[in-house]
Parts: sequence; structure tokens; C-alpha cells
Amino acid sequence: MTDLLIHLVLIICMPPLMLGIIGKTKAAFAGRVGAPYLQPYFDLFKLLRKGSVFSSTTTWIFRAGPIITLAATITAALLIPLGNHPSPISFAGDMILFAYLFGLARFFTMAAALDTGSSFEGMGAAREATFSCLVEPTLFFALIVLCRISGSLSLSTMLTHSLVNIWFSAGASLVLLVAGLFIILLAENCRIPFDDPNTHLELTMIHEVMVLDHSGPAFGYILYGAAMKLFILGAFFIHIALPFKTGDHLLDWGIFIISMVALAITIGIVESIMARLRLVRIPQLLVAASILTAFSMLLILR
Amino acid sequence: MAAQVMLTPVTLIILGIFLAACSGVPGLFLQRGTGQGQKIATFSLLAGALSASIGAIQVIRTNLTEIYTSGWRLPFGAGELGVDPLSALFLLVIFLVATCAAVYALGYWPAAKNPCTERRLSLFFGLLTASLALLVLARDAITFLMAWEVMAISCYFAMTVESQRTEVRDAGTLYMVATHTATLALFAMFALLQAQTGSFSFPTAHSLNSQTSVAAAIFITACIGFGLKGGLMPLHIWLPSAHASAPSHVSALMSGVLIKTGIYGMIRLLTFFQLPPLWWGIFLLIAGCISAVMGVAFALGQHDLKRLLAYHSIENVGIITIGLGVALIGQATGNIPVTILGIAGSLLHVVNHALFKSLLFLGAGSVIHATGTREIDSLGGLARSMPYTAFYFLLGAAAICGLPPLNGFVSEYLIYLGLFGGITGGTGADIFFLALAAPALALVGGLAVACFIKVYGATFLGHPKTKSPLAAAEGAWQMLAPMGVLTVFCIGIGLVPQLLADFLLAPIAVFAPGQVIGSRGFLTLAPLAWISVLAAVLIALTVLLTGLFLLRCRNMPSHQSVTWDCGYLQTTSRIQYTASSFAEMLVKLLSGVLRPRYQQPQLKAIFSGPASFASHLPEALLDLVIAPFFRSIDERFSLLRRVQHGQLHLYIFYVFATLVALLVWSI
Repeated sequence: MTDLLIHLVLIICMPPLMLGIIGKTKAAFAGRVGAPYLQPYFDLFKLLRKGSVFSSTTTWIFRAGPIITLAATITAALLIPLGNHPSPISFAGDMILFAYLFGLARFFTMAAALDTGSSFEGMGAAREATFSCLVEPTLFFALIVLCRISGSLSLSTMLTHSLVNIWFSAGASLVLLVAGLFIILLAENCRIPFDDPNTHLELTMIHEVMVLDHSGPAFGYILYGAAMKLFILGAFFIHIALPFKTGDHLLDWGIFIISMVALAITIGIVESIMARLRLVRIPQLLVAASILTAFSMLLILR
Repeated sequence: MAAQVMLTPVTLIILGIFLAACSGVPGLFLQRGTGQGQKIATFSLLAGALSASIGAIQVIRTNLTEIYTSGWRLPFGAGELGVDPLSALFLLVIFLVATCAAVYALGYWPAAKNPCTERRLSLFFGLLTASLALLVLARDAITFLMAWEVMAISCYFAMTVESQRTEVRDAGTLYMVATHTATLALFAMFALLQAQTGSFSFPTAHSLNSQTSVAAAIFITACIGFGLKGGLMPLHIWLPSAHASAPSHVSALMSGVLIKTGIYGMIRLLTFFQLPPLWWGIFLLIAGCISAVMGVAFALGQHDLKRLLAYHSIENVGIITIGLGVALIGQATGNIPVTILGIAGSLLHVVNHALFKSLLFLGAGSVIHATGTREIDSLGGLARSMPYTAFYFLLGAAAICGLPPLNGFVSEYLIYLGLFGGITGGTGADIFFLALAAPALALVGGLAVACFIKVYGATFLGHPKTKSPLAAAEGAWQMLAPMGVLTVFCIGIGLVPQLLADFLLAPIAVFAPGQVIGSRGFLTLAPLAWISVLAAVLIALTVLLTGLFLLRCRNMPSHQSVTWDCGYLQTTSRIQYTASSFAEMLVKLLSGVLRPRYQQPQLKAIFSGPASFASHLPEALLDLVIAPFFRSIDERFSLLRRVQHGQLHLYIFYVFATLVALLVWSI
């Protein structure tokens, strides 16, 4: 019961903190003080208290987009185990629902973007659609590896399975897996080198340009949903990359939170030291990630 | 006593087929253009569908398996008809889609506006429905082939009603060639089958040895014959143009049901054999993956709304075949859960695809009816003028992409479970194929989302790009109601899939007998109830967030304005991202197989004049491989043309000469 409560509290409260830490890390690299750690929370509350501007081109789909996207993301959050604890809901094949819920979220984000009739937003949606197609197989190669290792079809078992031993017995496979997953973690969450979450109007933008016309509470939903997606996929990644478990409940939660903070700092560092890729390079890197995870799968299956 | 005899499920089904077959006949004797004939046809079909559906449901509920042999003799043995839950499942799909399409036709193809073609369409539509139903009841080769041919020919006449247009005639000819090639393959298949069993009636289930070379030949000929009908790549060449040229409700029936006869035939054939060899499953798995991935890839580059949907049929037949392949691999490796999940996913996807694809074709028909164009790039902004159609189409699009909480997800989920189950438990060579099929299916899901967002965005969202969508208005209730019914089924299966378990188990048992697990066992294998729970969570969260959103919006000022245009003053609707530009990146990434063609302007002067750009995605296989191949054959064998001169009396002489030669040879 306590675990369930902690799970829900972390899912609801922690995602914006990740953004705060990333921002702070980037500021440190740039020699600035940077916004406070809690700035994303302030932003969200501010947006919820703002009025909205709706384009006269839009229909109900534009308004439904952020709502369904956030609802799907929160539902996916109930399927991911955090730390050493199983998720609130787990069953055979939940990883497929997990993957497809993000598909649902993406579908409605793109529909809302196209609803504005803006060429910018169409461009962003086209890119999002293209890149997500390339990300999808990578995720499934990774799921196959995890299924095969743990012999289970449920995210909770396959991610909380003692992966430390596997690191010793099949380390090569897991290294490839972690590399592939880190690439799609950055790509799916619109991080440098794929996308820059801080600018809106450059022609190379993907996610930010899709939400150009949203304002007020709807934009708050979008920001919060994006933070939660980073948190969920980050937790997925952490399970494989840093599978340290002690068996002690509170200690495991502590380890999990520290790992997530470390992940946020790592993302901040990557964002600080890398330039954004040219658009034509992005598919190449995503395909490379697919192939890395495919190799990982071959090593496990042989 | 008499009443009991009358109301057996089988008599209900036969009555339904009879009513469907004769539905168009009264119209032939009534005055043209009054619409009475069309109304009678629709009511007759509705009554037939009701009767047959009740019968089919009873067959499934009571797990009835019966075979009836006709008293009169056909040239190659007695005609045999039979029912079992597998046939009943297909019957339900056939009659549901046919009813929806027939009601839709009242608004879409009204007799008052199409006095010349309506009678022909109603007649052949009814015949097509009846022959489809008869096909799944046939239990011997001759009845099967007769139903198969009636189906093929009535479909030809139904799809070519607009035969004044060249493209329709060409599509019809291509369809005719393809369907007769399929029939040829089936002749070979049934001849081989007869060689093994000694009779033309279908062998008893699971009686044939599958390890012989004859069995392999039967399997391959079946793959060609049924694959051609089902539209499996690379045998799909007839499908896009045929679906695009037919009236939309006929396209719905073709895509929803007709191509599934290929799947039905395959499943029925597989039930004849004992334990299939592993390579059959792997073969089907690979064929399914190729169809699914390439189907959706070709769909991405299409500009024609109905052609695009037709390519998605190829994709979905691929997904169904993947499920079938998984089931066969499960049988060959003795993995019962994998068999059951694979066939369950495959059968459920047959049902689901029939639902959402006919919904989408009817939606596309409404768009064409309202705007007069199939070009996606000339549409736009229809969500305002056609809100109901837009809503139905959105749900259909989300369902075909396999997104939860709609029906497409449930069947893909079952297939994934089969794939992953085989991978975790397996040891042999098959796991590599299963392990590659899962990411392929995921890729298909991603590409389908891209493709349907493209269609939906370009058709229903944004501004109208030309004048044609400006005057668009919502269709009549006859057009909206069938779409509503199909949507309800799509949502229902997505929300409470566990109720289907009982319904699917009987047909599954036909395919995999002796592996009966009961609905509780099935729900342990595939915990569908959890999908309901999460769908409920998703809906509850959506309602909650909507409430919060509306609350905030009510308290805060809300303005209407234009879409942010970056300060550019003279925006036009042509500035929007079109469907072609949306798909351009993906099409370029896949250009190695898709072979897109571009007509680019040649810029010569510094200030060049007006220029135009066009992109086109041809049917690569037909244009680059098959057509050149047959053209070269045509050139080489032109001498043989002399024998084929069109003089009937000499043709009869050929038959006589052949008979004499055969007689001499037999002596």
C-alpha cells in the first residue's frame, strides 16, 4: 500500500523536477545561475491560471488533443514499475499496451497540430510521425531482449528482474541495449541532439512546433505530459542501465530517486556538450539505434 | 414439430442467403428511378442478414457442426454444404458489413439519381453477399469453386457500374485477370487434394498427412490462389485500383469481406492437415510481414483517398497472416498457448478489420459524395461541415492504427502475445522469425499512425485547400447510421474484449481441436479484462482532465484569433502542409522499394516563370515488373495469336479435336 502511494506521488509530482534539474545542469555548463529547480512547477501553475487563445480554424480536436495525450501518458505511468517495486497494474502483455498508449498520445498531439492548418505545425507533425516510426522497432527489440531474459511478458517482472546478474553474464548485449535505448530516450523526449525544447520557431523543430498554437491550461497539460513521458521512459531506461536493488523498501525508493536525478543530470550534460543534428542525420541515428538493439536481441536469442 | 424443423440455425442461414441472393430481383420488374426496387432490395437483405445472423450466433453458441449432402448429383460428386463455428464467424462478418453497406447505398447511390445503374448494382450486390455466404458454407470443391466464381463475377459487375470511365474498365479487367489466376491456382489445389483423398468433398478435419510433397504442393498453390484473393504482397496488384474504382459501399464490402475469403480459404485448408511442418508457419509469417510493412509503406505515398485505404487492406491482411503464421508455428512446435493466441488474434483481426475498414470506406464515400473528389490534397477542413463523418472517421482511423481503447488494439495485442510467447518459450530456429516479426508489426503500427494522421489532417482538419470542400454538407441519415453502427462495434470490442472470449473459442477449436482451454483458460493466456480496466482508467482520466480544463476555461478569458502565422500577412490555405508533403520524408526514406516519381520544374532563368511540381507513387510491382514481363511474353508468343482468331465454330472444332486426341491417348 505504501509502495502504491509512493508510486503515485512520484508519478504525479516528480516529472517537472527532472526538467528543473536538466535546466540547472545546462545553466551550470553555460556559466549561468539558471532558473530555480522548481521553475517548471511555477510554470505549470502559471499556465493553469492563464486565459486561452483559440484559432478560429480549430475544432474540438484541437482542444481534445492535449487532454487525451495527458490521459494516455498518465495511464502508461500506471504500467511502469519504479525502483524495485512492481507497478500498480501489471499483466501479461502490458508492455504492448504501454507502447501503444504512447502511440495514442502521439496520434492526438499530431491531430491537434494539423487542426490549426498551419504549415509549421504540419511540418512538426510530419517529422514526429517519421521519427516515431523509426523509434518503434527499437523499443520492441528491447522488449524482446527483456522478455527473453526474464521469461515474462509483463513490464513489472521484466524490469525488476535481477538484471545485475545479467550484466555479468550477458553484458555485451545489455551495453548495446542501453546505448540504443538512450538514443530513443533522447529522441522520444525531444532532447538535443534531436530537437531543442527551448526554441519554437526554427525550421528544424519537431515537438515544440506542433504545440505552437496551444495556450493556457492546454499548454500546461502538454508541458506536464511531456515531463511525465520523460520520467516514464527515464524510469524504463534506469531499470536496465542502473539495476541496483537492495531489497529494503525505503532504500530502494531512495536509490530510484537518486538514479533519476543522475539521469536528468546526464541528459543535461548531453544537451550542453552536443549540438543539434541536422535533420537528415536524425533518421540515420535512429536506424542505428534500431540496429544496436537488434544486435542485442541476436546476442540474447542465439 | 414443423416449427422446430423450420427454425434450425441451418435453415435460418439458408433462408438468409436466399433472401440476399434474390434481393435485387424484384427491382428488375419495377419502374426505373423510383427507388422502390432499391428499398425492397435493402429490406430483403436486412431480413436475410437478420435471419442468417441469428442462425450463425446459434451455431457458435451451441458449437454446432453439421454437413448436408444434396440429393441431386453434380458432375463431380454430390454438393455438400455445412456449418461450423468457423463458417458462422465469417457469416456474421459478411452479413453485418453487407447490411451496413446496403443501407448506406440508399443515401450514397440513390435510385433517383442513378436510374441506369442502381438496378444492376442492387442485383449484383445481393448476389455477391449471397455467394460470399455460400462460399463459407461449401464443403466440397465444386460447390466452393462455383460460389467462388459467382462471387468473383458478381463483384466484377458491382464494381464496374461506372464503366463509362476508362480507369474503372481497366481496374475491372485487371481484377478479372487476377481473380481468374486465383481460380486457376485453386483448380490445381483441389485437383491435388483430390489426388490425395480420392474425392472432391472436403476431407475430415486434421486427417491429411502434411509431411508429403503433395501436401507441400497443395500449400503452395493455396498460398497463390488465396493470397491473390486476399491481396498478399506480391500478389496484391489488382487490389488498389479495384477498391478505388468501385462505388464506396462496394469497396467496403470488398475490403471488409471479399478479400477475407482468401483468409477463410487458407484457414479451412489448414484444418485438413495434421500437425503442419514448421516451414509453413514461417512462410506465412514472412509473407504476412512483407504484406503488412509494404502495404502501409505504399499507402503512405498515395494521393487518392480510396487507393490509400486499399493499400491498408493489404497491410491488414498481412497482419492477419502474421497471426496465422504464429498459430502454425505454435502447432509445429507443440506450443499450445502460442497456437491459440495466434489464431485468436488472426480471427479477431478478420472481424476488426471488416468493421473499421468498411467504416473508413463508408466515411471516404461520404467525403467523395459531398465534395466530388478523391484527391486528398484538394480537400481539407471537412470536420466543420461534416462533423459526424469526421468523428466516425477519426475513430476508424485510430482503430486501424491499433490504438487503445479500440478494437484494432485487441487483435494486435493477441498476435503480439503469441509472438512474445513463442520468443520467450521457444528454442528452435523459429524464434528468430518471431523475434523479427514483432518489431515489424511495431513498425507497421508506427507507419499506420503516420499515414492516418496524414489522411485525417489533410481531409478533415485545417482549411479547405481548393473550392470543392467548401460546399460540402453532411450526408443523409442512411449514410450516417451504418457508420454509427460500425463505430459502436469498434468501441465495444475495444472496451470489453473479454466478452468475446466465449465467442472466439468455438471457431478456434475448429482450427486447433484437442487444445480446448475454456474461456477462463483463454483469459488467463490473454488477460483481456485488464484492457477493460485500463480503458476505464483512460476514459476516467480523460473526463477528469476535460472537467478541469473546462473549469479553467470558464473562469479565464478565452479569445478567438487566427492561427499564428509568424507575422506573415497574406496567408492562403495553399500554404498548409499537404498530404504529400506530410509523407515526403518517409517516402524518401523508403524510396528504394517504393520508387516514387517526381516531375520537377526545370529552373533556367534567374527569374523563372510559373512552374509546377508533381509527385506520384506508382504501383511499383505492376508497372516495373509484371506489366513489362507480360509485354515481353506477348511479343515472343505473337505467333500463337493466329490460333486465337475469335471464330466460334473453329473454337468448337478445337474442343472436338482435343477430345478425340484424349480418347485416342486413353486407349
